[in-house]
Amino acid sequence: MRIFLSDENAQVAFGSQLGDVFAGHGLVFMEGELGAGKTTLTRGVLRAYGHQGAVKSPTYTLVEPYVLPRTDGGEWHVNHFDLYRLADPEELEFIGGRDLLADDSLALIEWPSCGRGFLPAPDLRVMLSVLDEGREAELTAHTPRGERWLVTLAEYLAPQA
Amino acid sequence: MRVLGIETSCDETGVALYDTDEGLLADALYSQIAMHAEFGGVVPELASRDHTRKLLPLIQQVMDDANVTASDIDAITYTAGPGLVGALMVGASTAHGLARAWRVPVLGVHHMEGHLLAPMLEDDAPEFPFVALLVSGGHTQLVAVRGLGEYELLGESVDDAAGEAFDKAAKMLELPYPGGPQIAKLAEEGDPKRYRFPRPMTDRPGLDFSFSGLKTHTMVTLKKAKASGEMDEQHRADIARAFEEAVVDTLVIKCRRALDKTGLKRLVVAGGVSANTRLRERLSLELTKRNARAYYPRGCFCTDNGAMIAYVGAQRLNAGEQDTGPMRAVPRWPLDSLVPPKSSGI
Repeated sequence: MRIFLSDENAQVAFGSQLGDVFAGHGLVFMEGELGAGKTTLTRGVLRAYGHQGAVKSPTYTLVEPYVLPRTDGGEWHVNHFDLYRLADPEELEFIGGRDLLADDSLALIEWPSCGRGFLPAPDLRVMLSVLDEGREAELTAHTPRGERWLVTLAEYLAPQA
Repeated sequence: MRVLGIETSCDETGVALYDTDEGLLADALYSQIAMHAEFGGVVPELASRDHTRKLLPLIQQVMDDANVTASDIDAITYTAGPGLVGALMVGASTAHGLARAWRVPVLGVHHMEGHLLAPMLEDDAPEFPFVALLVSGGHTQLVAVRGLGEYELLGESVDDAAGEAFDKAAKMLELPYPGGPQIAKLAEEGDPKRYRFPRPMTDRPGLDFSFSGLKTHTMVTLKKAKASGEMDEQHRADIARAFEEAVVDTLVIKCRRALDKTGLKRLVVAGGVSANTRLRERLSLELTKRNARAYYPRGCFCTDNGAMIAYVGAQRLNAGEQDTGPMRAVPRWPLDSLVPPKSSGI
């Protein structure tokens, strides 16, 4: 599935729709060159769970955890990874990767190639590319859950009858 | 009081020994020393964040350097947060374990409080109150420091840190890591008039920063230059220059606003980016105009280190503070939730 995103507002709005579809679970790889808008898209995803504050780049800290209140009294757990600085995939062990990738949470991973071998296959891969004007997001499902997400998303994005 | 300080919040393993009467006795950072002998070989790169393997030999080295034994150490302090939880746990559990074995008090402290008070380790230390600009690969913050534990966050980056923006722009310009010094060098040859990059978030009031848009602007400028076929060495230098000017200008504008807002006359600048020559020149010009002064901690205390943790821990332990419960590892811990030292109440 390919989606055109005209500007930053469109990126954030699309991220928020993705957040609704993920419903707080799963593993999502976000790829694209520097400045492609991976963190901006993450800002949108987090907005779906009620996060209004800043979304700091996790490049330095490797992972930024978010715990957000749910309306039913529970909590959303979203972990935003940036593996850009990882020297070896095994380092994920040292930062608590196993706990942070647990299935009761949503993991958004930038530069997943740096974690190859340690990371399982993602539910969804989002490839962002920069066009002359705006950006394009290409979505590929790698699990049955990811395929269900894409079906739901297509319904979301279909023009209202 | 003689205090052993342990820092393991991110990449660096830092250990230091600070004496409240004699000052800093010893200080070591993992990357500074050859520890091959202790490990019987080269430490593999994949262990670069594996503090477990480095911490005890480093503590031993600091004690040897200061010529002290366990019985000479009065207390232990460690970085309790913020940082990577796995990395923090190594420092916290080691500190608590040693404190129990040596029967001395132990205290977890805030990493950023260490950075804020690092200039206090210098002979020419600033007096309170001052404004601190912390600007590195991981942080871009302006803080009003009125005393130990009295911090007001004036502004911070809502996305990328300034040092991170330097690193990423350098990567786009195909410069090696770390990017800051490389961009500065290339910018020397650049024409400041060719491009003018935006100064993010300076057109509205407030002291927050945003550097993500500048990264995107750099990328778009590069793409256009490449597409037009006029990309050469001069062009790369011009882009580096425009980028550096934009970051420096933004930092200077916000520092000026922070001094205006607080009415303070002392500015502490710490973090890796504080080494940038253009930033120092521009700040010094700006501060002279308003009869104010800048203070810079020495280079090795600008980045993560054990000395700043030992210093902060010593101040608080000396005031009677200590951990009364289990060890603490707090990945997220807002700086302005800190309070001045209080005794543990036992």
